[in-house]
Amino acid sequence: MSAPKFTTLTARCVVLANNDVDTDQIIPARFLKVTDKLGLGEKLFCDWRYHDDGSPNPAFILNQAEAKGAQILVAGNNFGCGSSREHAPWALVGWGFQAVISPMFADIFKGNSLKNGLIPVVIQPAAHAALLAARAKNHDLPVTVDLRASTVAWPGQDPISFPIDPFSRACLLDGVDELGYLQKFAGQAQAYEARHA
Amino acid sequence: MSQNPKTLFQKIWDNHVVAEEPGAPAVLYIDLHLVHEVTSPQAFSVLKERGLKVLRPDRTVATMDHSIPTKGGYEAADEMGRIQLRLLEANAIAHGVRIYGLNSVQRGIVHVIGPEQGFTQPGMTIVCGDSHTSTHGAFGSLGFGIGTSEVGHVLATQCLLQRKARTCEVRVDGALRPGVTAKDIILAVLAKIGVGGGTGHVFEYTGSAIRALDMEGRMTVCNMSIEGGARAGMVAPDDKTFNYVAGREFAPKGAAWDQAVARWRQLPTDQGASYDKTVTLDAHSLEPMVTFGTNPGQGVAITQPLPLPSSLADAAERAGLEKSLAYMKFEAGKPILGQPVDVVFLGSCTNSRLVDLRAAAHLLRGRKVASSVKMMVVPGSQSVKQAAEAEGLDKIFKEAGADWREAGCSMCIAMNGDQLSPGQLAVSTSNRNFEGRQGKGGRTVLASPLTAVATAVAGCIADPRVLLNGGQS
Repeated sequence: MSAPKFTTLTARCVVLANNDVDTDQIIPARFLKVTDKLGLGEKLFCDWRYHDDGSPNPAFILNQAEAKGAQILVAGNNFGCGSSREHAPWALVGWGFQAVISPMFADIFKGNSLKNGLIPVVIQPAAHAALLAARAKNHDLPVTVDLRASTVAWPGQDPISFPIDPFSRACLLDGVDELGYLQKFAGQAQAYEARHA
Repeated sequence: MSQNPKTLFQKIWDNHVVAEEPGAPAVLYIDLHLVHEVTSPQAFSVLKERGLKVLRPDRTVATMDHSIPTKGGYEAADEMGRIQLRLLEANAIAHGVRIYGLNSVQRGIVHVIGPEQGFTQPGMTIVCGDSHTSTHGAFGSLGFGIGTSEVGHVLATQCLLQRKARTCEVRVDGALRPGVTAKDIILAVLAKIGVGGGTGHVFEYTGSAIRALDMEGRMTVCNMSIEGGARAGMVAPDDKTFNYVAGREFAPKGAAWDQAVARWRQLPTDQGASYDKTVTLDAHSLEPMVTFGTNPGQGVAITQPLPLPSSLADAAERAGLEKSLAYMKFEAGKPILGQPVDVVFLGSCTNSRLVDLRAAAHLLRGRKVASSVKMMVVPGSQSVKQAAEAEGLDKIFKEAGADWREAGCSMCIAMNGDQLSPGQLAVSTSNRNFEGRQGKGGRTVLASPLTAVATAVAGCIADPRVLLNGGQS
């Protein structure tokens, strides 16, 4: 298994601006019986995306023509709150998303996303509002997430810096495997155990 | 005053840093890793792909709780559930990890059995692929939920890469009035700070109301720290903590116990240490709390009317409240008391311990669950179940008309056969009222075990203080 890599992405976006979207909405618990990561993209936002009979709900954004080919999700505040299930970023990545833009992410979701090459782009509420306004005028608005520069931009908007953990950023730019990195500390962990025995 | 005063969190953090390279997160040593069937399969797969073994099986404990049916037996699970449960068993055996399997008399919800068996101890770092690992902070440990990638990291290295969180003191002073419980404290905290209010922080609960809680109450409070966005919630250990841990199977014994207690007494936050922020709450003014919306921060005192969207200035917040009320089929400005309910669920890692069942049974004794209500009582562990049965609590629940089940997460997570039907309204002692959390289309009101019982008896959302005062609802 290779570590995820990300440098830059320019893509169309879809908007799901509700605040406090929790991981139970991203991927309901009944789909957590999988023992691999496959097929979760089909269940992304399942209870909003499909009617009870399994047919697509045309009112939901992912079922609309404008969602086709989009790779960036513009989300509301506190996206990914709730459970620690990594199935949430697996489902988002499985659908085709590579970045989520929000004023704030829940901590565990943010960490899980970074480990799967899904970039949590945190921008200030004013910039978020500007992005929503630009997107409302142009459904094909191309948004660029540049990880090397740690900036996000769209036509008419100068690049805006976003905060990202420098270690996670370096891992994603260089394809560094975090477990491999941790294993290098085996000797120090042993010494720690000896000191605390 | 200490020269360099530290918080409880800072002390545990400093004591567990194995290494820290410039620009990189700390390599944090993990004392205890709890594992369950749902968030571990892909982590064990990574170990298999790389030819790795679990580094410290002696620091790893596995149990089955999330997808296990509470009717008992694998047969009750669907095929994917059976595969997942058997895979956990196979992984545990292959790696020499202790497992509380299907037929173990000590099996139970991971956050119930950790403390119950004495694995959870003050000063430890404790992780699990489950966000309610914050529960263990009640013992003055640092417990937090991790994703499956991190489960793999801990299995393979017993370490995690972590950035230090900020600290938030949640100070709760004053005496609780009758009928008001630990659950009401945390629901009131969440109503005050909102579901994102603790993001980036670790909570330390302080104040006379927290000190007065028993260990079960402290676990209830710490359990729901994550509902405020805080990955961990902690309470400084004291004699109550030590008395709870003493004598449990995996607690230190003899001279090791004395040394451990001496160490644990050094853990509480030093006088003069500072937190990044502080939130305060007056316990004496609290009433029983219920949630009315679709996140745990949307709570009100049970006697209060539901909030009006027009009272919110922020458009997104207003839209959120309107959406929540519409989903719940509740009307703004109206009371929540008297709303007819279909299901009452007593259980989950928040409120399924013996103390919770005792309090509920005490209130239910000699009363009946309303004929329109289905009540389920699900002990947090098989040990809790046996202890409750030894006291005759099961008889009280069954005679009242409630369903008495085997231990598990049950209807809190709705992936084990226990779930609401679309449209049903439940009062639950669990921790999340997200849309569909207890079953697609189901509606959840979070409350204390006392409020759950009062509601079950009345057939509608009811104030437990009426029953406590001897009144018939």
